[in-house]
Amino acid sequence: MKKLLALLTLLTLLAAVMPLGALAADEVVNVYNWYDYMDESVFEQFEEETGIHVNKMYFTTNEDMMVQVRVSPGAYDLVFPSDYCVERMISEGMLAEINMDNIPNFVNVEPSLRNADYDPEQKYSVPFMWGTVGILYNTTMVDDPVDSWSILWNEKYADSIFMLDSIRDTLGITLKYLGYSMNSRDLLQLNEAANKLIEQKPIVKAYYVDETKDKMVAGEAALAVVYSGDALYSMELNEDLAYSVPKEGSNIWIDPMVIPATAKNKENAEKLIDFLCRPDIAQKNCEYIWYSSPNAAAIELMGEDYTENPTINPPQDVIDRCEFFHDIPDDFLSVYNSFWTKVKNAK
Amino acid sequence: MTSFQVPGWGYVLMAVGFAAFIALLIAYIVVNRGFKRPVFASPYVLWIIVFTVIPCLLVAYFSFTDPAGNFTLDNFKSFWDANYNTRKGIDPALLQQYQDMGLSLDDLGLGRNPINIDTLVFSLWMAFLCTAICLLLGYPAAHIMADREFRLGPTLVVLFVVPMWMNFLLRTIALMSIMEDGGLINTVLNWLGFGPAKLLNTTAAVQVGMVYNFLPFMVFPIYNVLNKMDYQLSEAAMDLGCNKWKIFYKVTLPLSIPGVVSGITMVFMPAVTTFYISRLLGGGKVQLFGDLIEAKFLSTSLNEWNVGSALSLVMMVLILLSLGLLQKADPKGEGGGII
Repeated sequence: MKKLLALLTLLTLLAAVMPLGALAADEVVNVYNWYDYMDESVFEQFEEETGIHVNKMYFTTNEDMMVQVRVSPGAYDLVFPSDYCVERMISEGMLAEINMDNIPNFVNVEPSLRNADYDPEQKYSVPFMWGTVGILYNTTMVDDPVDSWSILWNEKYADSIFMLDSIRDTLGITLKYLGYSMNSRDLLQLNEAANKLIEQKPIVKAYYVDETKDKMVAGEAALAVVYSGDALYSMELNEDLAYSVPKEGSNIWIDPMVIPATAKNKENAEKLIDFLCRPDIAQKNCEYIWYSSPNAAAIELMGEDYTENPTINPPQDVIDRCEFFHDIPDDFLSVYNSFWTKVKNAK
Repeated sequence: MTSFQVPGWGYVLMAVGFAAFIALLIAYIVVNRGFKRPVFASPYVLWIIVFTVIPCLLVAYFSFTDPAGNFTLDNFKSFWDANYNTRKGIDPALLQQYQDMGLSLDDLGLGRNPINIDTLVFSLWMAFLCTAICLLLGYPAAHIMADREFRLGPTLVVLFVVPMWMNFLLRTIALMSIMEDGGLINTVLNWLGFGPAKLLNTTAAVQVGMVYNFLPFMVFPIYNVLNKMDYQLSEAAMDLGCNKWKIFYKVTLPLSIPGVVSGITMVFMPAVTTFYISRLLGGGKVQLFGDLIEAKFLSTSLNEWNVGSALSLVMMVLILLSLGLLQKADPKGEGGGII
């Protein structure tokens, strides 16, 4: 009986850790993505057109994803990390070089989004979506122009400001506000930014990440720091909301597609990347996710709906003021952590 | 960067593991009814070893090592001074540069930082307050529920139990929308002309959430003891000339102490380790020790795990000490002892 029970436990555990891909067809591609970050009918179309079966797997955080890719080599063929993670994965040799000859549709990728800092030679990644960080504000509650981060320090809006509960983003915009780089490794600058945030804390209503969208729709605050994608979601539900990227500059981010060095179906992954870069497919995804698309041909297909929307299609001068995040090595990340803890624990 | 995400495999594994645990427990109970032999406890012992003993040992191991696995006490020094490991991580040449400019560590914001201890003291205070409020609210409630002459007693018990059928997170999120600026309470206040009050995102809101979540853990142990109490004892006391207050003071209260002790433990323990409730109701502005530890483990840099383990160990030792003290007050575990 004891053995039987032990065996049963073991079996249940095994069933839990077995990847779904074990029941695979001949030609497969194992995709590891954020949840709800793809119009899944696109995969069905890909299967119909190529006969390659798509196994879908999802992750919640970049850190989760990095650990999984490390501990299960060969399990994933196509992964969607954030840009600064790509930088780290490249430096740790976790990524395979993509054979660009297999991606003819790469020509559609906006030249300004190529060769970004995280992958300067564009050898390991192809952009999937991109966006900015900015201020979402309620036009009925804010009468000053929202063109500077300084409005987040304006006492007039005390208890009506949502900040991002996120180390890099929040310290980053404060550094930008003070005129420094978002990737600063200058202790004096970081200390100044942390003190600035501590000074701001009494007028902050709350530090949120996911909750901000709905609370802004409900009119719970006048100003909030958000990702452009979240801004669009809220603006669609509440007409009084508007989005602005401050003049001091902000963060621009790209979510690229990469192939792990251990991938077993590299060519299939490349076929899928190429498929996702096809104008009609990129359009489908963009209209589903509603983030900014790096695909010039798809943007042309979408026409004014896309180009006339400054949130999703910011003018070049806004993009020029923005900065990519760089990976910060562990040692120095603890400096960021310690300054952030200080902000969060300030009374 | 999307905001809707499914739980990772870890959660699925946990869910399956939990289901397996329940199945095994049922199997164990069914089997044990026939043959009462300790050998059938082995699945449970296995479970305890894999999911309780080993994780505890891992926490202990992590707290005494650095990321490379070498023995160190630095993680505990980090408990004392939150900037200790941070300073160690910075290139000494870089620090020297700043010092040559005449800047001290304090000018750089990297001097001794007592945040961990301050937060622990704050958490202990919040937990103490929570336990006291729960006792003040819970004892009379339990007493009324256990009163034989009070006909609505059983109904009250049900009313206390029903909310617990729902996950505490959902209840806390509900509390959040009740206390919001545009929430239920403020709508009523507005209607009465008292204007919106700032309820959410305050220390008080976190305390309300803690009391709300942990109150049943105070009420039920006391209720159990009072309910099982021999009613004839009070009658005997009455026969011997005690008035109602004296019966309570001389008979009921002393007999209910095991329940009170159990209740205090069951409230104080989760209250000290609270996290997430503070994030939901404090809007990320109120940090408890649990939040501090959580942040360490959510961090990408491995070093933080070691410090986080050390913080957990300090807290575990503190809880163990307070449990030991409480155990002395209820040596027989009549209140349904905890360990």
